[in-house]
Amino acid sequence: MKTIQFREAIAEAMSEEMRRDESIYLMGEEVAEYNGAYKASKGMLDEFGPKRVIDTPIAELGFAGIAIGSTMTGNRPIVEYMTFNFSLVGIDQIINNAAKIRQMSGGQFKCPIVFRGPTASAGQLAATHSQAFENWFANTPGLKVIVPSNPYDAKGLLKSAIRDDDPVIFMESEQMYGDKGEVPEGEYTLPIGVAEIKREGKDVTIVSFGKIIKEAYKAADQLEKEGISCEIIDLRTVRPMDRKAIVESVKKTNRLVVLEEAWPFGNVATEITYLVQSEAFDYLDAPVVKLNTADTPAPYSPVLLEEWLPNSNDVIKAVKKVMYK
Amino acid sequence: MQKITKEVYLKWYEDMLFWRKFEDKLAAVYIQQKVRGFLHLYNGQEAVLAGALHAMDLTKDKMITAYRNHVQPIGMGVDPKRVMAELYGKATGTSQGLGGSMHIFSKEHRFYGGHGIVGGQIPLGAGIAFGDKYHGSDAVTLCCFGDGAARQGSLHETFNLAMLWNLPVVFVCENNGYAMGTSVERTANHGEIWKLGLGYEMPSGPVDGMNPVKVAEAFDEAIQRARKGGGPTFLELKTYRYRGHSMSDAQKYRTKDEVEEYRKIDPITQVKDVILEKGYASEEDIKAIDKRVKERVSECEKFAEESPFPEKNVMYDAVYEQKDYPFIPHKL
Repeated sequence: MKTIQFREAIAEAMSEEMRRDESIYLMGEEVAEYNGAYKASKGMLDEFGPKRVIDTPIAELGFAGIAIGSTMTGNRPIVEYMTFNFSLVGIDQIINNAAKIRQMSGGQFKCPIVFRGPTASAGQLAATHSQAFENWFANTPGLKVIVPSNPYDAKGLLKSAIRDDDPVIFMESEQMYGDKGEVPEGEYTLPIGVAEIKREGKDVTIVSFGKIIKEAYKAADQLEKEGISCEIIDLRTVRPMDRKAIVESVKKTNRLVVLEEAWPFGNVATEITYLVQSEAFDYLDAPVVKLNTADTPAPYSPVLLEEWLPNSNDVIKAVKKVMYK
Repeated sequence: MQKITKEVYLKWYEDMLFWRKFEDKLAAVYIQQKVRGFLHLYNGQEAVLAGALHAMDLTKDKMITAYRNHVQPIGMGVDPKRVMAELYGKATGTSQGLGGSMHIFSKEHRFYGGHGIVGGQIPLGAGIAFGDKYHGSDAVTLCCFGDGAARQGSLHETFNLAMLWNLPVVFVCENNGYAMGTSVERTANHGEIWKLGLGYEMPSGPVDGMNPVKVAEAFDEAIQRARKGGGPTFLELKTYRYRGHSMSDAQKYRTKDEVEEYRKIDPITQVKDVILEKGYASEEDIKAIDKRVKERVSECEKFAEESPFPEKNVMYDAVYEQKDYPFIPHKL
């Protein structure tokens, strides 16, 4: 094993796959000469050259569409969005073309493409730069949505995403790029659509994904001291969701808290809540609690941002609530 | 470009007439409610397709367009029976009945759709050309759209990127005068759409879109430029659609006189006049072609009528390459 940063895991995954398959290229703003806005493509221009590591002007709609079009002649592009907030300018291409070309053509054209970049908040970036659209993309048939929470998962899942023959939304975080973690020296991939129990426990199930899961870890550490055992499930893939892992865990613990950094209305946590009430109703000892951001655009002021985001204290309170403590 | 011979004129006449009659049939069966959804007809614009096909290398060149897309795949080589069946929502349709009128595709014949969002296919067309350049192919992509799409941001982003990356693509604006019910004049401060290319230093120009000879000559120049590495061209084809935007269009935005003016320069009539004038065929020969076209259209209708509807699993199987779909169970 070796210890690397999250950004290095991303670069390694892309580079290893590009060495394996000539049809893969990386395209986006600042990905080449600047080495990536967050240095997630460091060194790749030097290795692969400007034909395969391609800087674009600020034209998220245009380059998304060109990349999607190139899948129809056999390419397997990786498109970097500097943040998924900017994907909104190009979302028509993702929803109406990438997600639908296979279906609309009756299966004639596949669309193997990865859109990747950071999602959700990253410090005091305020309203337009702090949004999480996992549920928007996950709502769309034709797409897959992956949101890893550590370098090991990121590398293994990104390699699988690049090899996948369907369009994949791969969401990272500006605040995770510097996170360090162990990865194997050699080649490995992780399966899409499989959650992982990050911590085993018996009293409460906490389901989360992406960087906010760290608040669950903090809460679980504290709760352990108080004699409460939390099982933490990292979804890793939001679509397709590992429904079985969630239901089985709830059948064991009988209590569920869902932690998701997103607006509360109709989000991924809502879907999980529906799933659990429909498939584990008789196992539940308490109503499910979901923890999300406040139902407002992200505020700038540090005091307000702290109030807006769900944190480990919220998780502790939620766990105690479902335990009636 | 191959010379425009007697045979070409006769092919043009039969092809264009077939496209016209094929769509007239679609309009008829639409009224009978055998074809549903939206139906956008190409009637009047046939010279653009006929001229384009003559200039293309149909062994490798590609085409993508918007939702007025029934006859282009036929021109590219797709069996018209399968196009008709798609509009009937039948399993034998080009997309197994999943796409309908606006979404005709044929990978085999390099027809890349059939796209329902105005301007959404413009970057895709450049992307197909990007892929060809990437893989070292000398194929050229014709990326077609209407005058309405010329007002979308996607056009401008794509023009810029296509010039920046020198892509082998010909951008084709089929200006039929109206974006649904809004005339070109009402959508910008000038009506010369081809001039939009000039800001990107893209070779651009207007073309008489009612005359297949003029169309073929303009396309030939543009396609050869792209094939030789000279990058994109933007052509504005001045054309006209006789029918409404779709079948529900009452056409109150234009006069009957205006439509009649264009019928005087009808592309099919223009070709027929040359054929008769030059003695390429007799009135009798023309009648024989007309009869053949009518029979071929009837065969399409019969095929579509008699084809089965799709099995329900097709709906799930088409969404992903991944096999275990749906992820979420549907009905109880």
